[in-house]
Amino acid sequence: MSSRTSSIERQKIISKFLFYLGNLIIGIIFVSPLLWMVSASLKPEAEIFANMNSIRTFIPTHASINNYIEVFTRLNILNVLKNTFCYIALILVGDLFLNSLCGYALAKFDFKGKGLILNLVIALMVLPMEAIMLPLYIEMSQLGWVNTLQALVIPFIPKCFSIYMFRQFFSDIPDELIEAAYIDGSGHIRTFFSIVVPISKTVYATVFILDFVAHWNDFMWPFLVMTGEEKRTIQLAVQVFFGTQPVHYSAIMAALVISAVPMILMFIFMQKYYVEGIASSGIKG
Amino acid sequence: MVKVNNVKNRNESTSAAVLVTPSVFLLIAFLLVPMIYTVYFSVFRYQIMRPQDMTFINIENYIKLFQDKDFWQAFKNTIYFTVVVVPVQTALALGLALLVAAKTRGVAFFRTMYFAPQLTSMVVISILWTILYNSNPSTGLINSLLKSLGMESINFLSNKKTAMNSIIFMSAWQGAGYQMMIFIAGLQAIPSSQYEAASVDGATAFQKLVYITLPGLKSTIKYVVMITMIQAMKLFTQPYVMTKGGPQNSTKTLVYYIYTEGFQEGNFGYACSAAAVFFIIVVTMSLVMKRLTMPKD
Repeated sequence: MSSRTSSIERQKIISKFLFYLGNLIIGIIFVSPLLWMVSASLKPEAEIFANMNSIRTFIPTHASINNYIEVFTRLNILNVLKNTFCYIALILVGDLFLNSLCGYALAKFDFKGKGLILNLVIALMVLPMEAIMLPLYIEMSQLGWVNTLQALVIPFIPKCFSIYMFRQFFSDIPDELIEAAYIDGSGHIRTFFSIVVPISKTVYATVFILDFVAHWNDFMWPFLVMTGEEKRTIQLAVQVFFGTQPVHYSAIMAALVISAVPMILMFIFMQKYYVEGIASSGIKG
Repeated sequence: MVKVNNVKNRNESTSAAVLVTPSVFLLIAFLLVPMIYTVYFSVFRYQIMRPQDMTFINIENYIKLFQDKDFWQAFKNTIYFTVVVVPVQTALALGLALLVAAKTRGVAFFRTMYFAPQLTSMVVISILWTILYNSNPSTGLINSLLKSLGMESINFLSNKKTAMNSIIFMSAWQGAGYQMMIFIAGLQAIPSSQYEAASVDGATAFQKLVYITLPGLKSTIKYVVMITMIQAMKLFTQPYVMTKGGPQNSTKTLVYYIYTEGFQEGNFGYACSAAAVFFIIVVTMSLVMKRLTMPKD
């Protein structure tokens, strides 16, 4: 009896061991390009390609932050980061504020044209940005917005997906809760901000993070409307830096790492909402 | 009572209008209007340098488009990318999800590892892999690995036979973590009682995968395929950063074609006809996929 238990135990331990070992090996191979990037960013230029055929290519033996200093001086990355945070913050304020109000009205109010608006939102959800970028660019240039913050921000405040997410979430809030607030003499707007918003943190956090990630990573639109050097966003700046002589691979690697830091922080602190956002978008279909 | 209701209703309508108007106004101004203008411009000769010479030319742009070899090349490349990357990336994501679906200690660490490429942008990944793909074994990490395994080096990005496949491989690696997260959620929704019952019946791990896991994930798989497919159709950043559409247009995609014709050549009307065709393809795809993924009951 005891020998049988121990053989089952042993089998369990072995399968545990295989689980960890297998994942560790696959995981390391999977992230090895990123490990190489971080390692190269810490090396002097001459050493990056020195030991390509040995494991030492992943180990910065003479690690220094000189490359990061070069990025800060040559690329003016502080300005770039400021531009990027600034434009995303403005989109976020507009998106979270306006689209949640719109979603609330679509979820809880009866009014003429509601069905039409809802259909419009759902129909425009499939509209790819790439199909409208030409006229949108013309629109920006006619408004005189090319090369300004407005061109990066205002077209991205209306978001069908956000409106839809807010509407879905608010629909699940029981009507009694809202009616109770009305009976207490609270108006629509006050009810929304004092009753609905505080219990809807999840949906706000989800929209926040999906928005942040999408715009932090966005390349195409900033690339089209931001031709000036002053207001470049991070992806644009990194791409231009890659194409600018002299090409210092060490500094490029440092720039790549810097551009990933906000995303990593976001993932660490808002992982729950991020993963939930990804997963919930999947379940809803 | 009736009176109260009326007051409430009128009150509701005005309030709703106040709440809805800003978003709807912006939606119309920056999504619907540009969409209409894509179609409108597509029947005009409209050059960005001579906007005053806009002339109506009916479907001439479309005729020219369908006769353009480069357009068909871009179309073919986009379809090729989509048809290959979707199964590869979905299978990779599913494999990774199966590896880390169990709720064991430390599993979050491995999930983060597989998700890590998602934390860097497509631009960053494209720059990094351009360097990794370098054809010289003494500067390209992948070719140096091939060399130490005794294999010939490959001109990943400068050979038209391998350039698109290289982009596919990289894109699948970068994107799989995202789909993995969706699959993990799907896997956790499968009741564990099914697995327990199968274990009692003496089912092997492979049998459980085929008869429980895959059927249980059916709608998740369909959804993942749909979003990956639509994402794939929009391919632009990777070829722009890595190959500039080359060599010999082998990585030029539909969106890249629209960009070149519109923003580089300045043929706005013509580029809009390509954008309209692109739009029709993507929307048709989404609608067909939506129909397929709709639950039957």
